[in-house]
Amino acid sequence: MTEQSTSQTIAVPELSADQFVRVGVDEQLSEQLQRPSISYWQDGLRRLKKNRVAMLSLGLLAFIILMCIFAPLLYPHPFDEQNIDMTNQGPTWQHIFGLDDLGRDIFARIWIGGRVSLAIGVVGALVSLLVGVLYGGISGYFGGLVDDIMMRIVEILVGIPYMVVVIIVSVFLGKGMTSLLLALCMTSWTGLARLVRGQVLQLKESEYVMAAKVLGTSSYKIITRHLIPNTMSLIIINTTFSIPGFIFAEAFLSFLGMGIQPPLTSWGAMASLGQQQMAYYPHELIFPALALSVTMLAFNLLGDGLRDAFDPKLRQ
Amino acid sequence: MLKYILKKVGYLVVTLWIILTATFFMMYTMPGDATQSSMKVLPEAVAANLKAKWGLDKPVGEQYVIYLQNLLQGELGESYTTPGLTANTIIEQRFPASLQLGLQAVALGLVLGIVLGILAALHRGHWIDFLTIFIAILGVSIPSFVFAALLQKYAAGGYFPIVGWVTSGSSLADQFKYTALPTLSAAIGGIATYSRFMRSSVLDVLNNDYILLARSKGLSRFQIIRRHVMRNAITPIITIVAPQIAGVVTGSFVIERMFSIPGLGRYYVDSVNGRDYPMILATTVFFSFIFIFCMVVMDILYALVDPRVRKGIIEGKKAR
Repeated sequence: MTEQSTSQTIAVPELSADQFVRVGVDEQLSEQLQRPSISYWQDGLRRLKKNRVAMLSLGLLAFIILMCIFAPLLYPHPFDEQNIDMTNQGPTWQHIFGLDDLGRDIFARIWIGGRVSLAIGVVGALVSLLVGVLYGGISGYFGGLVDDIMMRIVEILVGIPYMVVVIIVSVFLGKGMTSLLLALCMTSWTGLARLVRGQVLQLKESEYVMAAKVLGTSSYKIITRHLIPNTMSLIIINTTFSIPGFIFAEAFLSFLGMGIQPPLTSWGAMASLGQQQMAYYPHELIFPALALSVTMLAFNLLGDGLRDAFDPKLRQ
Repeated sequence: MLKYILKKVGYLVVTLWIILTATFFMMYTMPGDATQSSMKVLPEAVAANLKAKWGLDKPVGEQYVIYLQNLLQGELGESYTTPGLTANTIIEQRFPASLQLGLQAVALGLVLGIVLGILAALHRGHWIDFLTIFIAILGVSIPSFVFAALLQKYAAGGYFPIVGWVTSGSSLADQFKYTALPTLSAAIGGIATYSRFMRSSVLDVLNNDYILLARSKGLSRFQIIRRHVMRNAITPIITIVAPQIAGVVTGSFVIERMFSIPGLGRYYVDSVNGRDYPMILATTVFFSFIFIFCMVVMDILYALVDPRVRKGIIEGKKAR
């Protein structure tokens, strides 16, 4: 810095050479980044945090999940306790959501039912995520004959109406949570498998994967470094949307009497019971229906927010 | 094109065969059979006779072959719990109600959904846009049975009956009175899905250069919407209508139960709860056929309507 250049004194009396300092070009400084670099995930998270609706949904979901875990432990009335002399009672301070036709506390049952509904949603989504990603990934990565055969199988499975599959399987395995989950998982993974396959096929052809191959990167590293991170956003968005799908399907089947069986309950099963009492005791339908709808709403809005934040197509 | 259609029909046959075979063997392994289903203990000889009548004394392979032969002749089976009642009769009696409900629901969903979607996209930020988004979000978050229950509680009872269905000879006013609420409940999901899809589809199309060109040619706003926007935005909706139509026609189990509609969906649920195996099998096969048939028709229709897809098929690329 102190190195003075050969000064060219020009005939301007006010300015002299020693008033100037040569800055020069510092190559290291010009290479330095002005702002911290933001990775794809950080950027997505930042967008998500800005999205008020999505954050509110996230908070709501957290609240519902916490209530499902802790409310039954703290609330004084167990979900299967009967008060025969107070059946169909409306909301009171003692039973804040009222009692159902068998005198059971609806507030307590909402959270027990929520455990079942949410568990089915989350477990179902995770299973179909695992199967879908593996199936689609293998199919897309290997391509050729393997891909052909695997996709033919998917096309056949897609053609099967899932409601019918669920009903037939629950006839076959008996009603209950396991058969319900199994039946729901049987066909639900195909959509994700197709998505992942398409994405992997596309990525495989991209320049940076080719560059990685040319540089001698192993298959394992290509899969874990390039293919999986780049399909991750798709997978997360899809899974967020499939959770409410499972909750919906469970509610429908329980409503028809083919899902969760008493004494256990779920939001769908509670709504089914409430619907029969609806004419005179609407609170028995309204509270479970509200719990179901609010949860679905939150998942859908969160899914929308995630898509806006992470979907590469929408980000531009 | 013909090759494409044949391929699709081939899938239809294979899928249907897999479903009916799987269902047949699952039903076969279920405990209990026709002779035990009616709650009373039958004398040995009667039971043997009944078994012989239904072919239950034969090995399972033979039963399967007989079943397939009957099916190819259009005989779907006979009820255990109501002897003499064939599945064909039940479908003839029950399916029209399901079909009417399904078609009305799809039509209502499509019309309302498409109109709302287009209006929302053309007036972004306007109240109609917010209304559409609101309906779209609510429609996918509220199960149709809750919606139906709310309609029954608050909209029915006066002019609209709470439950019931029309007979074939009813007047038009009666038709409307009895079918309006069930149709609306069955359509709510469709309205939500279509309007949302249509909205983003129209927004997509509006960004294209040919819209800019049309505008600079001096076409009127209405002409642009009708000739350029609508045609391009509406074709992709066929891809999502297919599963929806099939779903509504076959899947109105809940609505049929709630409004006491004598449809096939309700009968299906009843036969499942009553463990009437031949009828479960028959209705499963029938529902699956309708479902797959709708999907295949829609696939072919899509290829016919959209020149880009048609070209893709002819050039041997995969239609997506």
